[in-house]
Amino acid sequence: MTATTERPATTPAEPVPAARPAKFRRRGESSPLVSALSHGALVVASLIALFPVLYIGFISLGPDKMDYLHPGAIFDKATLSNYSKVLFDTDFFTWFGNSVIVAGGTTVFGVLVAATTGYAVSRMRFAGHRQLMWTLLVTQMFPIAVLIVPMYTILSELQLLDGYLGLIMVYSATTVPYCAWLLKGYFDTIPVEIDEAGRVDGLSPFGTFWRLIIPLARPGLAVAAFYSFLTAWAEVAYASTFMLSSGKYTLAVGLQTFISQYESQWNLMAATSVLIAIPAALVFYLVQRHLVAGLTAGAAKS
Amino acid sequence: MAVAVQGAPSKGSRDREPRPGLVQRVKLSYSKYWYAYAMVAPVVIVLGVLVGYPLINGIYLTLTDANSLNSARTIGVKHIPASYHFIGLHNYADVLWGPGSYDRFWSHFVWTIAWTVICVTVTYATGLGLALLMNQKLRARGLYRLLLILPWAVPTFVTIFSWRLMLADGGVVNAVLGSVGLPEPSWLADPLAQKAAAIIVNTWVGVPFMMISLLGGLQSIPAELYEAAEMDGATPWQRFRHVTLPGLRSVSSTVVLLGVIWTFNQFAVIFLLFGAGAPDAQILVTWAYRLGFGQQPRDYAQSATYGVLLLSILIVFTSFYRRWLARNEEAAG
Repeated sequence: MTATTERPATTPAEPVPAARPAKFRRRGESSPLVSALSHGALVVASLIALFPVLYIGFISLGPDKMDYLHPGAIFDKATLSNYSKVLFDTDFFTWFGNSVIVAGGTTVFGVLVAATTGYAVSRMRFAGHRQLMWTLLVTQMFPIAVLIVPMYTILSELQLLDGYLGLIMVYSATTVPYCAWLLKGYFDTIPVEIDEAGRVDGLSPFGTFWRLIIPLARPGLAVAAFYSFLTAWAEVAYASTFMLSSGKYTLAVGLQTFISQYESQWNLMAATSVLIAIPAALVFYLVQRHLVAGLTAGAAKS
Repeated sequence: MAVAVQGAPSKGSRDREPRPGLVQRVKLSYSKYWYAYAMVAPVVIVLGVLVGYPLINGIYLTLTDANSLNSARTIGVKHIPASYHFIGLHNYADVLWGPGSYDRFWSHFVWTIAWTVICVTVTYATGLGLALLMNQKLRARGLYRLLLILPWAVPTFVTIFSWRLMLADGGVVNAVLGSVGLPEPSWLADPLAQKAAAIIVNTWVGVPFMMISLLGGLQSIPAELYEAAEMDGATPWQRFRHVTLPGLRSVSSTVVLLGVIWTFNQFAVIFLLFGAGAPDAQILVTWAYRLGFGQQPRDYAQSATYGVLLLSILIVFTSFYRRWLARNEEAAG
């Protein structure tokens, strides 16, 4: 990671790479062998990436709770009965609604707050901006075990326990630091001239931010939203500690009721898992185009 | 639109403003900073209440003998006030060199460090490899990208649950291993296999983020650099070593830092994969959680002590890491 300028040119030119076939290839195109190997590696990697996801979907089709032990038998008796049982005989829709409220609230609140913070730090050299970024980084390091008891006490004092707002605040506190870093990096790539133009036209800093910068920062915002939504959608520990009544459970907590009782209903768990994964996959599909662009700026500039 | 406005920050030297008159400077600074503080206020408030205060509270707990029997609690309508005592640094002494400290703290400490180093290295290497493969001109590149980041989109507890079924005795992983004549370790019961299983699952969970970040970094390296290197007769390895790696430096340093922090505090993988079992595979975070929540009476003070120690380790690591980065950057000039 040290040498950048060591020019290979100074070494006597090695014989022109012999592997280069006679046929002219444009830059960036690989030889058939290389591209076949790449395709092979990527196919294998994709299979490994997908398999656990597909596997749980497959298990969810087995009607008996012990079917996961002999998955081969599922082929003969595949059924959607687990899904209908989860959807209609449990509190699934209540939990689903709770999860939507909490994850949606975290996304909106978290991204908005992270965006203003990232913008302020990116554009304005106010006293304490460095310390703020450092603090944000440090909050990433907080182990859940230190925070969860005092957070519980605070939420109960503020009467926010067993409510949506409390959980949204807690999730925002965990997602905002990373999102602010990411968005700060993204805002750094947007030319300051745009802000200047906005100011010349008489916009306030907040107006500039809202009308000019936010629309330009869509890829970064999409990644931040994706990250916030997923974090809130999939979080277990805080949700199971802070949501006390089953009417307020999120999906992740509700899922545990299938095993915390007298028996482990793996089939129902599998079906619920699939149902939980679907909205997350949808959100992912909506933002995936922006993922590379959004993360690049965030990482490359920080 | 390109009129230079006095007092507006000029590109490149945002730190040093041009110096208009004093009154204007104050006005400008007021308008700028007022907005800046208004913009960061929500974060500061939320973090202050939900992170700053708990931290102070947590640090105070480490100086007491608080547990679930002597903390303030409400049973029915009866409120019992806290009755724990201030005991100074006793908890730290006990954790670090009290009786049985090796089994309680240091063995988990060693495993946590090993876990972090192995996981981050493997995840980074895999992510970089896949990013390099996908940065070529390949057919169906977009499709591969979509498939490979999908694990990221599925909630972690769902996939860990799936891995648990796959790794179970007689599960699909061992069936595959057995069919090609390899040994079939008992992933969820044997201490060494548990550690391997945790690393495999965590790698699987972590690669998509690494891969996408590094892919972004690769795409931001100007193609001219590769052209120039090729003109100079650089071999692919030399191009990788002298163009790709330096070009990725800032992305790498960020994702490695985040990777270390996240892996060090990775709670879900180990907790959900093994549940209450696997005393050997517990990293410090899950161990601290067990002290505070997984046993009776709950030992809040010890749990918080672990938390503070964890945080200190990470802060020390991060400051050294950043200093090391800064020095490297200077050296590379």
